[in-house]
Amino acid sequence: MSTPPSDWEVVIGLEVHVQLHTRAKVFASSPWGFGKEPNEQVDPVVLGLPGTLPVVNREAVEKSILFGLVVGASVPEHCSWDRKNYFYPDNPKNYQLTQKDFPVVVGGQVEIELPGASRNVMGEHKFIRIHHAHLEEDVGKLSHAGSGSLVDYNRAGVPLLEIVTEPDLRSSAEAEAFLRSLVAMLTQAGVADCDMEKGQLRCDCNVSIRRRGVEKLGTRTETKNLNSISSVRDTVIYETARQVRELEAGRSITQETRGWNAELGRGYVLRDKEDAHDYRYFPDPDIPTLKISRETVARLGKLVPENLYDRQRRYVDKLGLPYTAASVLVNARALAEWFELAVAAHPTNPSGIANLVANDLLRDLAASAGNAGPLADSAAAPVSLSSCLIKPAQLAGLVKLTDDGVISKQQAKEVFTEMFKSGQDAAAIVDAKGLRQNSDTGELEKIVQEVIADPAVAKSIAEYRAGNEKAINALKGPIMKRTQGKANPVLIDQLLRKFLA
Amino acid sequence: MADALHTLSAAELGRRLAAGTLTSRALCEALITRYKALNETVGAFTHLDQADVLAQADASDARRKAGQGRGPLEGIPVAIKDNIAVKGQPLTCSSKMLASLVSPYDSHVAERLCAVGAILYGRLNMDEFAMGSSTENSALRKTFNPWDLARIPGGSSGGSAAALAAGLVPLSLGSDTGGSIRQPASHCGVVGLKPTYGLISRFGLVAFASSLDQIGPMARSIEDCELLLNALASADARDMTCFGPSDRALTPSGDAKKLRIGIPKGFLGKGVAAEVAAAVNAAVEFYRAQGCAISEVELPSADLAVPTYYVVATAEASSNLGRYDGVRYGHRSTSAGTPVEMMTASRSEGFGPEVKRRILLGTFVLSAGYADAYYVRALRARAKIRSEYLAALAGVDVLLTPTVPTPAFKVGEKASDPLQLYLEDIFTIPANLAGLPALSVPCGKSGHLPVGFHLVGAPLSEAKLLAAGRLFEAAHGFAHQQAAL
Repeated sequence: MSTPPSDWEVVIGLEVHVQLHTRAKVFASSPWGFGKEPNEQVDPVVLGLPGTLPVVNREAVEKSILFGLVVGASVPEHCSWDRKNYFYPDNPKNYQLTQKDFPVVVGGQVEIELPGASRNVMGEHKFIRIHHAHLEEDVGKLSHAGSGSLVDYNRAGVPLLEIVTEPDLRSSAEAEAFLRSLVAMLTQAGVADCDMEKGQLRCDCNVSIRRRGVEKLGTRTETKNLNSISSVRDTVIYETARQVRELEAGRSITQETRGWNAELGRGYVLRDKEDAHDYRYFPDPDIPTLKISRETVARLGKLVPENLYDRQRRYVDKLGLPYTAASVLVNARALAEWFELAVAAHPTNPSGIANLVANDLLRDLAASAGNAGPLADSAAAPVSLSSCLIKPAQLAGLVKLTDDGVISKQQAKEVFTEMFKSGQDAAAIVDAKGLRQNSDTGELEKIVQEVIADPAVAKSIAEYRAGNEKAINALKGPIMKRTQGKANPVLIDQLLRKFLA
Repeated sequence: MADALHTLSAAELGRRLAAGTLTSRALCEALITRYKALNETVGAFTHLDQADVLAQADASDARRKAGQGRGPLEGIPVAIKDNIAVKGQPLTCSSKMLASLVSPYDSHVAERLCAVGAILYGRLNMDEFAMGSSTENSALRKTFNPWDLARIPGGSSGGSAAALAAGLVPLSLGSDTGGSIRQPASHCGVVGLKPTYGLISRFGLVAFASSLDQIGPMARSIEDCELLLNALASADARDMTCFGPSDRALTPSGDAKKLRIGIPKGFLGKGVAAEVAAAVNAAVEFYRAQGCAISEVELPSADLAVPTYYVVATAEASSNLGRYDGVRYGHRSTSAGTPVEMMTASRSEGFGPEVKRRILLGTFVLSAGYADAYYVRALRARAKIRSEYLAALAGVDVLLTPTVPTPAFKVGEKASDPLQLYLEDIFTIPANLAGLPALSVPCGKSGHLPVGFHLVGAPLSEAKLLAAGRLFEAAHGFAHQQAAL
């Protein structure tokens, strides 16, 4: 259950930490990536060796600005970095470079879509405001082995954009919808890959509850380091229930930092307010205030892709797509753009194209990639269209053949399967297989009349004429048999009705 | 005459090397001989890899022979303060914490020195992490003033100044956060320049207070100091606060006799020893006689400089020194329990008392509830001091004061009184707070102890400061002076 008991309202704010898609680390030239040996991706700067200095990675700043533009934030004229001081072995300098006072992104909003009543029905849309987003450095990883501890600094210095929402979310479903929408926007703009399996997206979740109608916010707790969307959902449900239980028992909520045990499905206290760190923030003297030129902002503005839901609305309203297909197509930018290329090649039947792309193409791609479900996690593994043998114009060609009555819809499926395997044009497959429909009216009229004259079908004809519509189908089998299944079924139906009228 | 090589200037050595009458190997061998004879007495060096030095010298001689000499510093030894990274050499900062550290990388200035063919000659003692004014805070050894071995050489670049005054090396690098180049230069009778903040890359300089630290050249003459400065200043993308070489700073300026010299009001009254005041006043009169316009200038917030400095510098230091925790390098306590306990014990064991005092002070001034009263206020005071200095320097070319109020004191004399010691830097600190270039020039003696005067200029006015220094130097006998040892 995702909604709190009716007289309590839950208020949620998220802090989403996203590793940016960059070649180098945020303040060092060392590259980074997943699956390397421990401490392989370090250099003197990453390790905080004495005398080393940070240099801001332009690519990381530009990806951050691009995110700001994607969510409609204002891009400030300047941003700067501060030191957050705390001691822990995974933190090579024992301070983290972050942006406290002048972040790179201020404001903005993310449109979300809540689940509809069914898969085929669009749910409610809502806007979640972004308070700000700041660019900071990730820390290493400490692990305990036997009697000692081991630390791996490969992750240290990876660019991390921390996206902080206003407390606008009101349910676990909204939190989940927000994260899905955010992931789609980040991946579609190329800002981040958001692969949660690799820890590329981590979340801190602030939860408080209040009586419905009360404006004052309740005391909140912060659950740290949630590494999947489902953990966020489960945390909200758990924490809401816990807070309701506490307050209804006459106790109060303690402002505290909590952790989440995903295996047990339980939260736990990490530290309370008294133990809160004093981070002794101050402006980093090694990094001068960075000026963000309007030319840079204008250049990056050209890289902003069409908003996910603007695209969805366009598909439904302008292209006439069913909501279900539209919602599938817009999840991955590459897929949507693939679809649009096909539509450009055959503009008269977008729905026919959408149907093939959203169902047949995704199904076969997923099957060939061994994926459980297409677009189950568009962030981690966007269905690879690069390996797809069918090109958009070829798919458009297939739909056109169907629309022109050259082949039937049933035959189209068969042709599609062949195209997927070989990458050949639809027309070539149709010809090679001799699938071209017989739409020769003169020839078909003759065959129809011969079948009608066959005494074997007299009973069906009588039933049809007596008003049983379905009885007409009994005549179609023999016609197909005489044409080796190539007769245009639409034409046959027309001819039968004409001669039996 | 090989036995007199240690008395020669870098410029003269360069001329002999260029003329082929001297080899870098012969020069380095002579200096190594002197090092062996004197370093135990003076204590300037903490490390000298003789084989490495001779290998560098041979390489330099070979380059020169092949017609591939790299300029006026080709083959000339430059000794380096032990907080500036040289690949493969110790980088101890004279601290127990880093006593075993060998740098795996080169600082920008080390790269520059290699690029101009200089010999990277040994590591110089200093106050631990550059915190101090006497070099007594070194955890590795004591350094003594060559002019009086019972006295301190100044600090924190005490090794850099003492090595020059003892004739152990013709050129050295120091670093200056509140006077750490200029104060020991004054006490040891040598020339020391703290450049404009940002002129020389800090990449590879172990940070004490990042917004104040600058590497600078030290030498026995203005000419040598300028030679070294020109080699060090170059653009470096690894330090975002470095703006690279500046023609304005490095191009010799016009007639030094036309300089307008400002004397800050009241500076000569503040606990300045009579003989120091007399030597500095004589320098002022010299400039007046040369035709310079002398005027008095007001710097009303000057009294705020020392307290402001000790808030800003310690705040930054408390954060900069956080990385020394025994996890990745440096001293690691063996009484370790959990990782965090190990870090705490390593820091308790690895740092000396002055470093701990400053970390504690810096941690306090940044802590919640106190930062506004201390750190934020200090930043405001710093801005005020800077604007007053810039305003004063709009009307004059340079400001002239003593470098240090009193001559070098006796070893141990002020060790128990840190506040008294902090006043050593009263005249030098404002240049760091304001990011301005400043030069200490030898100008006389108080008894047998050297005295220097201090010039501060507008940003990138290094050439003017050096021109003023050269004018004075040319008319007096203090250039190339060395203590008799």
